[in-house]
Amino acid sequence: MQNPGDLELTRRGVLMGSAAAVALTTGPFTEPAHAAAKRQEPILSTVSFTVNGKPRRLELDTRTTLLDALRDHLHVTGPKKGCDHGQCGACTVLVAGRRINACLTLAVMHEGDSVTTIEGLGLPDGLHPMQAAFVKHDGYQCGYCTPGQICSAVAVLDEIKAGIPSHASTDLTTPPQATAAELRERMSGNICRCGAYSNIVDAITEVAGRQA
Amino acid sequence: MKFDTPATTNPIDRLKVVGRPTSRIDGPLKTTGTAPYAYERHDVVANQAYGYAVGSTIAKGRIASMDVKAAEAAPGVLAVVTAGNAGPLAKADRNIATLLGGPQIEHYHQAIALVVAESFEQARAAAALIRVDYTRADGAFDLERAREGVTGPSKDDPDSTLGDFAGAFAAAPIQLDATYRTPDQSHAMMEPHATIAAWRGDQLTVWTSNQMIDWATTDLAKTLGIPKEKVHVVSPFVGGGFGGKLFLRADTLLAALGARATGRPVKVALPRPLIMNNTTHRPATIQRIRIGATPDGRITAIGHESWSGNLPDGKPENAVDQTRLLYAAPNRLTGTRLAVLDLPEGNAMRAPGEAPGLMALEIAMDEMAEKLGLDPVEFRIRNDTQVDPEKPDRPFSQRQLVECLRLGAERFGWSRRSAQPARNRDGRWLVGTGVAAAFRNNLLTPSAARVRLDKHGMVAVETDMTDIGTGSYTILAQTAAEMMGVGLDKVVVRLGDSKFPVSAGSGGQWGANNSTAGVYAACVKLREAVAQKLGFNSADAVFSDGVVRSGNRSAPLAQAAGDPGLAAEDAIEYGDLGKRYQQSTFGAHFVEVGVDAATAEIRVRRMLAVCAAGRILNPLSARSQVIGAMTMGVGAALMEELAVDTRAGFFVNHDLAGYEVPVHADIPHQEVIFLDETDPISSPMKAKGVGELGLCGVGAAIANAIHNATGARVRDYPITLDKLLDRMPEVG
Ligand code: FES
Ligand code: FES
Repeated sequence: MQNPGDLELTRRGVLMGSAAAVALTTGPFTEPAHAAAKRQEPILSTVSFTVNGKPRRLELDTRTTLLDALRDHLHVTGPKKGCDHGQCGACTVLVAGRRINACLTLAVMHEGDSVTTIEGLGLPDGLHPMQAAFVKHDGYQCGYCTPGQICSAVAVLDEIKAGIPSHASTDLTTPPQATAAELRERMSGNICRCGAYSNIVDAITEVAGRQA
Repeated sequence: MKFDTPATTNPIDRLKVVGRPTSRIDGPLKTTGTAPYAYERHDVVANQAYGYAVGSTIAKGRIASMDVKAAEAAPGVLAVVTAGNAGPLAKADRNIATLLGGPQIEHYHQAIALVVAESFEQARAAAALIRVDYTRADGAFDLERAREGVTGPSKDDPDSTLGDFAGAFAAAPIQLDATYRTPDQSHAMMEPHATIAAWRGDQLTVWTSNQMIDWATTDLAKTLGIPKEKVHVVSPFVGGGFGGKLFLRADTLLAALGARATGRPVKVALPRPLIMNNTTHRPATIQRIRIGATPDGRITAIGHESWSGNLPDGKPENAVDQTRLLYAAPNRLTGTRLAVLDLPEGNAMRAPGEAPGLMALEIAMDEMAEKLGLDPVEFRIRNDTQVDPEKPDRPFSQRQLVECLRLGAERFGWSRRSAQPARNRDGRWLVGTGVAAAFRNNLLTPSAARVRLDKHGMVAVETDMTDIGTGSYTILAQTAAEMMGVGLDKVVVRLGDSKFPVSAGSGGQWGANNSTAGVYAACVKLREAVAQKLGFNSADAVFSDGVVRSGNRSAPLAQAAGDPGLAAEDAIEYGDLGKRYQQSTFGAHFVEVGVDAATAEIRVRRMLAVCAAGRILNPLSARSQVIGAMTMGVGAALMEELAVDTRAGFFVNHDLAGYEVPVHADIPHQEVIFLDETDPISSPMKAKGVGELGLCGVGAAIANAIHNATGARVRDYPITLDKLLDRMPEVG
């Protein structure tokens, strides 16, 4: 969680900025173009967080999502943009160990956070066990959903370990297990159009077994 | 290398590397997020600006006026590109509608502008300031309605006929005459269409996501009116295509125009909500199937007509193709009926033709088996043919459909199925099983490659082939390793670059067989060069373990390369074996579903595919191709449908929330069996494709399983619970 006081931008400023934008895009067009343009001048804000353990400080247009901050500003391109609307899971990263869709959250909301992307789990010369299991089970094809799948998979096993129930859990009193049904339910926010699901579940199951 | 006689024994047959389950060589890159896709190429060119595409909000008509002043004046904006200021643009032959519309609008979300700005946020915000006034024209958007006006074939696609279909059908003791519907579908690949474009003088480079490099190069040059040599296309990683990235699309053209207008490199990704109407889709079909048979289950007449729509100059969805080849019958009629529709461009999506065609035909076969009181596996076996039914002197090069059906039935436990529907109950679930045949042709197309050998014994493969998730990197490396007698660790593969020799590209499940055969051809040449360099007789030289042996002499492979290295380039080219033999791939899909007795919710519980598709080059990635296709088949059967607004003329559910594709929870464990097969008629690799075969028939197998579970026959895809609810059996 960030401390709101750390933001250089006030809440009032954000509201004013967005109100102006709404008026412009929906209202009748009466002002000269240059005046309208002035109102759209981006509001910048600085934000600091760590990415894969490295401290990062950015000055950003406040409209920048965490995903675009990573991909376009920090050149951390492991997280993918499949939809930009929270519909596909390709952008999944871990913030303080919990998975989120990086396209659905603004970068400036992450002051002080620690962000882990797929690159932070492992790189080609030192794969994370989940990455190695995906390679072994061929849990991918085109590879575009894969960083999101793997980040989600790592978080899912932590969620199960922490006893967090899901729709597939049979009851709320016994701790959930990493069964295929639990994994499929919990992974369902990560679309794989190549259809590697059956292999992905095999990969996660293998890692879950090793951890147990 | 001309391939005009069936393959005999060659170095691939050693199967030291080829044919073994092999982890993808690009796996470590893909699983760590370090494989570079088009939009994220910060490494290739500095100072990239951002382009945001704007789509038309009418389906047909004209732009009466367009006010871009506010957008141009918005902060950070560098240029607004429209048809009005882009300069003359041609339309490439492979595009049906123009990629940059205006003033004429041909379909909804046709691109009409690109806003280029310093940042993505600025470009997107400025795009919302563009004001467009349209003059709408009436369009045709409803296939059901348009169908009434189309009764015969178009002149480009005449019917195929054999014998007397009408007479034989009328005389048949057992008849089926049924109509099936498949909806418009979207490829919905996970990586949006994306391109970075940069000009250096009159030389254009695009880093893009495209299945067919040479088509993209040719068509981009043609559209811009510049020589092809001035266009460089790079696409080493493609985040899925399924046919949606076969062609030059708006992202690439707009990026090139934006870069030309601003003098900066420009990157453009189509926003997800724009993709489904802006790009191509699989057209909806209405298919009438008539089958006549004798009481003992011999088909005497088979007829298949398919209606689909497309923009003027578009092609029909060829949903009847498989019906010409799949089952024996002396009297036949197949044909397509094409209506003009003003919906977005219809074009190839994974297994075009066969995927929707088999969704219909293989329900019809199930219905016919039921009428005959025959087991559906047995009915199909009884009507097998080993020759092209229209030209009986043309045998299939290999056809193991019967073997696929028999083995599948045995492994799946088919004999335990109740032929009577709605008899199998498992708690709240009504359980049923279904079968369908899989069929897809094997297409031969030339494919070239270059192979280099360096003084360290490293082999480098270069071809413009693409890997769209299919595993091309790995099978091409396996091919080169086998041919040159080295391990996979001694091979590097470079793909997706128009500077490399032109390959078959990725599409129509033709990629694997043709592109590996191209590498085979180049390796044969390189082996000759090596042998010559070493003074060996190339005919008896044996390449293995990094050593070349001839008689009692031997030398390290690397030695032949020496300091300058050796390189060879060649292509596979085909003679008339594709004409003399019908080359196809076969399979059988078996599915078990559960249908909730109260709510009619449908769950797929088990899936098995048995495939006969020539030599399987990499069983690990080939299996992935098949399970991925089976997954897409579940989508087609149960959920995928672009809903058409027949008044405004567009696909309503145009994003990944509205257009539902299968997710983890929809897919059970999937089984795949490959028959041990080689097809020496197809290529020196003796391989064929599987990537589309795996989709063909899946939808019908699911539909048939639902019928077996509930007794309800749904002929209108996708089979959603609302189509079942009022036809469910009484809950006991
Ligand atoms: S890109 Fe974030 S969910 Fe699709
Ligand atoms: S690997 Fe292509 S979308 Fe999952």
